[in-house]
Amino acid sequence: PPAHSRCDWIGPPDRHSHLRPVIFYAPAEESALERRLREARQEAQASNQRFWARHNRAFRQEKEEFIYSRLKAKGLEMRDESGQKATLNAEEMADFYKDFLSKNLEKHLQYNRDWYKRNFRITFLMGQVALVRALRWLRRRKKNVEQ
Amino acid sequence: MSAARRCRPPRALAGLFVWHLRNTDVRQIPCQFMHLYHVANDRLITFQYFNFLKRMYVTQCNKDLSQRAKPKSDPIVSPFHELQQLDQEKKVVHKISPVSAVHQLWSEASSRNKWGELKSAAETKDSGIPVGAESKEDRRWKEMKLRLDDLPGILARLSKIKLTALVVSTTSAGFAMAPVPFELTCFLLASLGTGLASCAANSINQFFEVPFDSNMNRTKNRPLVRGQISPLLAVCFAASCGIPGIALLTLGVNPLTGALGAFNIFLYTCCYTPLKRMSIANTWVGAVVGAIPPIMGWTAATGSLDAGALLLGGILYSWQFPHFNALSWGLREDYSRGGYCMMSVTHPGLCRRVALRHCLALIGLSAVAPVLDITTWTFPVVSLPINLYISYLGFRFYRDADRSSSRKLFFCSLWHLPMLLLVMFTCKKSVLEKEDKGDLPRESPETAMEIRLP
Repeated sequence: PPAHSRCDWIGPPDRHSHLRPVIFYAPAEESALERRLREARQEAQASNQRFWARHNRAFRQEKEEFIYSRLKAKGLEMRDESGQKATLNAEEMADFYKDFLSKNLEKHLQYNRDWYKRNFRITFLMGQVALVRALRWLRRRKKNVEQ
Repeated sequence: MSAARRCRPPRALAGLFVWHLRNTDVRQIPCQFMHLYHVANDRLITFQYFNFLKRMYVTQCNKDLSQRAKPKSDPIVSPFHELQQLDQEKKVVHKISPVSAVHQLWSEASSRNKWGELKSAAETKDSGIPVGAESKEDRRWKEMKLRLDDLPGILARLSKIKLTALVVSTTSAGFAMAPVPFELTCFLLASLGTGLASCAANSINQFFEVPFDSNMNRTKNRPLVRGQISPLLAVCFAASCGIPGIALLTLGVNPLTGALGAFNIFLYTCCYTPLKRMSIANTWVGAVVGAIPPIMGWTAATGSLDAGALLLGGILYSWQFPHFNALSWGLREDYSRGGYCMMSVTHPGLCRRVALRHCLALIGLSAVAPVLDITTWTFPVVSLPINLYISYLGFRFYRDADRSSSRKLFFCSLWHLPMLLLVMFTCKKSVLEKEDKGDLPRESPETAMEIRLP
């Protein structure tokens, strides 16, 4: 994003977490409330990024391991004659998906709680900031009208 | 359906597929490509067929859904699940290892077959060429500034407008089936109120699910995920739709309908959405969410909760299961990775059993309709073929448990419901008939009005 820009910028999805990173703009005259909002958003972004990057990496890795072990059990190689990676069909993968989901359920429950709390807090702060800005704008207009 | 299959999809779409496949590094086996091609065809055909059905069925109106006639339902459950835009395919793949790419593409394809985003289907159909440019656009950094001309489109996607339209059409079906003289103002108020309530519920759902939506292919392009709108605005929009919607229902129609609307919003946003990540019970809750709109339509017309309303709700409730379970069969990888507790992942046997069970229940419920004096006896007879067909597909799905049977069942459910409701409407027992038989006390128009406007 260009240096002179006065708003936040959002980028393409991250390779690992699939989340879109945001670069927050911090104006010089940022109030304490606005700073709290920006920091809350940055923290949430960082926490989400960590969680999903790690989770997706684990998924990919465990999936590879699962496929490898299944293929070995069947006596096949990872790559067939044409050099393409051998895959398992959906029914065989179903066992892996079920397993992975149940293993990670606890982790997800905790993440959900965390995410909901953050989401509410950020939205509430946004509301406060918007309200403050609106009042300020109204006060300025009143002053202009009076003058 | 066979007639529709003879339609030729636009060349542009096929071209897109080829372009897409060439652009990925995945080496596709030719038969895989053909499969995708057919899937694309199917989707378009479904879309065309659907449009036809929609127009046919429009005594009323038309998010989703993505995933059944689940109003305000979440993407998964309601029939009205959102379709993925074609350009999503492109972005998907370079991030994913070749092994999973095949599954990924298929799951995308199947998710695209959902009834929801007909709009995006139209967009991608119309804008065949710019799709390539879109994916490049997506890779750029964008300002998080709200543009007013984009706002209607963004809000439409936020509220899953297509799903909402379908929900409103089930409400209209409920209204139409009620054994009272048709009242236009009441009908319009009920439809509008339900539509607003549905928009609100869908927006809150998207507000809650941002990081999960980013990780699932079907939902990657939602406005909150892309940062096109701030969470605050999404909540304000939801409030500004929901509060007037419920108020309209309570004051303009009747308090019972308003209460049902509010309850449905609560059920969808506060029960179904969190429950999706906690237990498989979410599917049953979601089916109830889908069943309530026709009940709302009925209560809007009659002002009371009769057996007829419950029957209509029951039909929608039963319909949700074959629809959703068949759909979720193809999305198991995304659900597993995203942390969603769905029957298709954790209890696959149960998933198929439940789908079959409810297909059969539909036959039973259709037979109950004339007993309750809602329709004539021609209804179970005429609807028997389509109910038997969906039960047959449900049985095939139960026995084979593979993606072709799940897809067949899903597509069948898409046309089965509108057709069933249409047949029901045409077989509706006329109010005059009942009055002549002395079953109903003669209602004067004024008393009818009194019931509806407290």
